[in-house]
Amino acid sequence: MITTVTRRLLDPRAAAVPPRFRGPDLMREAAAAGVTGRGGAGFPAARKLAAVAAAGGRPVVVANAAEGEPFSAKDRTLLARAPHLVLDGLQLAAEAVGARTGYAYVPAAAAEPLRAALASRAGDRLPVTVHIAPDAFVAGEESAVVAALNGQRPVPTDKLRRVTDRGVGGAPTLVQNVETLAHLALVARHGAAWFREEGTAESPGTFLATVGGTVRDPGVYELPYGVPLADLLGAAGGPATPLGAVLVGGYHGGWVPARDGVTVSCEGLLPYGAAPGAGVVLALPADACGLVESARIAGYLAGESAGRCGPCANGLPRVRDTLGALAARTPDPRLPAEVERLASLVAGRGACAHPDGTARFVRSSLRAFAADVAAHLAGHCVGAWVR
Amino acid sequence: MRLHIDWTACDGRGVCVELLPELLDADDWGYPLARAAAREPAIPSTMEPHARAAVRRCPRLALRLVEDG
Repeated sequence: MITTVTRRLLDPRAAAVPPRFRGPDLMREAAAAGVTGRGGAGFPAARKLAAVAAAGGRPVVVANAAEGEPFSAKDRTLLARAPHLVLDGLQLAAEAVGARTGYAYVPAAAAEPLRAALASRAGDRLPVTVHIAPDAFVAGEESAVVAALNGQRPVPTDKLRRVTDRGVGGAPTLVQNVETLAHLALVARHGAAWFREEGTAESPGTFLATVGGTVRDPGVYELPYGVPLADLLGAAGGPATPLGAVLVGGYHGGWVPARDGVTVSCEGLLPYGAAPGAGVVLALPADACGLVESARIAGYLAGESAGRCGPCANGLPRVRDTLGALAARTPDPRLPAEVERLASLVAGRGACAHPDGTARFVRSSLRAFAADVAAHLAGHCVGAWVR
Repeated sequence: MRLHIDWTACDGRGVCVELLPELLDADDWGYPLARAAAREPAIPSTMEPHARAAVRRCPRLALRLVEDG
């Protein structure tokens, strides 16, 4: 089994040269490179930069390290190991959009080390204020970040006015995940063609994966998009036990079978209703019940609803209860269809993508663990899908 | 023209569902459900006056009409 591990973000040599693409040149290189957001939504970074630059006024830039996903460790790892690459990216993004104010929205544990890193820098044009991010799943959503910086509850807001038009203090605001900023800092040094030397044509570059569950060496690994799932698990020491299924993209992602041929990229995961997301990969052992695990995660997701939007606040607990009944082997043949119906009902009907991501995850559970669904309705369990 | 629902303001009173039955149904909890399953349902020009009435009459001011594109 070939293990491919690329080190760019965590390699001090990559940042040794000074940036040569700045301002409009950086925007052009970022567009050509196809850098997409690494916070989970995967939105093209150059497009967001351009929107904020075009909005006029005095833009604000925010480095987002909130990392609300429970198993994710990539943002705090990046901040601990390469804070200056992230801060370079923030300075370069600020220059590109004409920002005068900057924030770093980080979990409490990362605040002091980051303040120390900021204090050690000379020559930064943009002043950066560190703001503590609460430890909640939706607190890292773009509009929730802006709300927090505006002194409000850190929960998502209506999208009629995008934050790129009106955000912190009413100013056009760029919110970027810290890993995205780090990639931008490297593109500023090495250009678009270099960035595209790794990854696939549709999903260029590398990403940080937090690999956990039943693997020998759980942790954060940098890999190219398009990496076979087996190789990604191999980078983390390989499976510690026989595998059932693997959750790719974290709690808003999807289950994929633990077999060769699945590649970790947008296009590779599309057939499974999954996406790389923020890079969380969790390996489920073959003797675990995928439905029990999925119901547990659905329960967590229901608890993390901000409770602001009717379909989400009402629907996610119903999804939890219905999937929970199926996991508990309640012999009601209507349960799977009811889970599907509720998932379709909540998706797209909220201020943020929390119900959409939950629906995607729950649907993938029913697909991946179809054998368990049939078994549970008959009163027994077969364990996770084994290939 | 599309109908934008501010989900953080909507609390399922259902006035819009009554005024725009061709476009909207009520979900399990009374919240507006676009029959076309679109995030922002398109409003045919013949229904625009009714859509404007719904926007005016929403007790939570949760509705807005937005231009296409």
